[in-house]
Amino acid sequence: MRLSFSGKAITGILAVVPANERLFADEMANFNFSAARSRKLAEVMGYDRHRIVAGPVCSSDLAVAGLEHLFLQGQLAREEIDALIVVTQSPDYLMPGTSKVVHGRLGLHHDVFCLDVNQGCAGFLVGLMEGFMLLDQPAIRKVVLINVDVLSRKVSPRDRNSYPLIGDAATVTIIERSVDARPIEASIKMDGARREALIIPAGGFRRPSDALTAEMVEDADGNFRAPDNLKMDGSAVFNFVMTEVPTLIDDLLIDTDTAVERVDAFLCHQPNRFMLNKLADKLGVAYERMPSNVVEKFGNSSGVTIPLVTTLNYSERLTSETMYVCMSGFGAGLTWGAMLMDLGPLKFCETIDFEEDE
Amino acid sequence: MSKVLEILTGIRPEFDFATSEDFFEDGLLDSFDLVTLVAELDEVYGISIDGMHILPENFANVAAIEAMLTRSGITP
Repeated sequence: MRLSFSGKAITGILAVVPANERLFADEMANFNFSAARSRKLAEVMGYDRHRIVAGPVCSSDLAVAGLEHLFLQGQLAREEIDALIVVTQSPDYLMPGTSKVVHGRLGLHHDVFCLDVNQGCAGFLVGLMEGFMLLDQPAIRKVVLINVDVLSRKVSPRDRNSYPLIGDAATVTIIERSVDARPIEASIKMDGARREALIIPAGGFRRPSDALTAEMVEDADGNFRAPDNLKMDGSAVFNFVMTEVPTLIDDLLIDTDTAVERVDAFLCHQPNRFMLNKLADKLGVAYERMPSNVVEKFGNSSGVTIPLVTTLNYSERLTSETMYVCMSGFGAGLTWGAMLMDLGPLKFCETIDFEEDE
Repeated sequence: MSKVLEILTGIRPEFDFATSEDFFEDGLLDSFDLVTLVAELDEVYGISIDGMHILPENFANVAAIEAMLTRSGITP
């Protein structure tokens, strides 16, 4: 589906990552593979270290920390927030939604439109689209988009498919109307028929958690995981990304008459270095214009990675100038999308650490 | 030993790749080894194998890998 948005802009991005850092070298022994094979794979995929919560930290904890930081720095005021969107696959509760938890913990006023979106690695794009649509309402002038996940709590530490790359993080993105902004062009596609490629099989109403769903089982590749854990069919996901994403981006570039060279940066979801390099090769984009360093520094935090790759690599540039960027997210659903837009100058673009209580 | 066989043996030295017709079916390689294999082929031959072609059936035996390299413009 092709979508266009007028008169909207991102005005600030803050990323919040847990201070707790784990090294892949220290975790290799958990996997049922030789150290030599794990090391080779780490080199190709970019596994090095990841930031994950150490204790029972919830999505709202990271979100509240980010918003309180902005309040304290004078970058955002409570009374300015007209809408609060929380995109997560790791909500604090099945009900109420995490946006309501954040709203209550921060004591926001009652005229706030709170919205929860269950979306994975395309969650930043879907959240932006929701935010842009809300801004068409005269009463909504400022939207706070929270992307957050603490999915490390749902990944088996003995699953080499997912554990080395998983990361926890949150971002706070401010979206506002902007009369001077150039149109934002986007494309998004969904395929629920392939929903099992990325799934947490148990814990919902379809299969409630019980003693059986907590039991670890070894798969054909030697990974141990339980139905309560996140399960990723790595080959299916890789094939999906390589087949669908370059075509979607190419089509959007052609449809908007945009040359690849005109795009200053391709801010893509961060599954691993190998996949991103293959994507860059396919699109004919130099690696330096498609940064792939989030997995090696922070881990893959699902829908948080696009704003996180932005704060990590372009913090200085984006607070002083405008870049024309192509964002692309792809993952659970399956969902894949891309967005072309002007980004910057931003009021803030930074990454902070989240310290857990002792 | 062919260059392809050398690369395969470097990834899993414990196996004899010359006698298998299907590395994945016979348990010589898994999906993670496939990623390592493609990265090594890319590096050794100075190419980038198209992501769409990174499927087990295209790397199931030495002949299939050599055919993939030929499609990528390389004489193995």
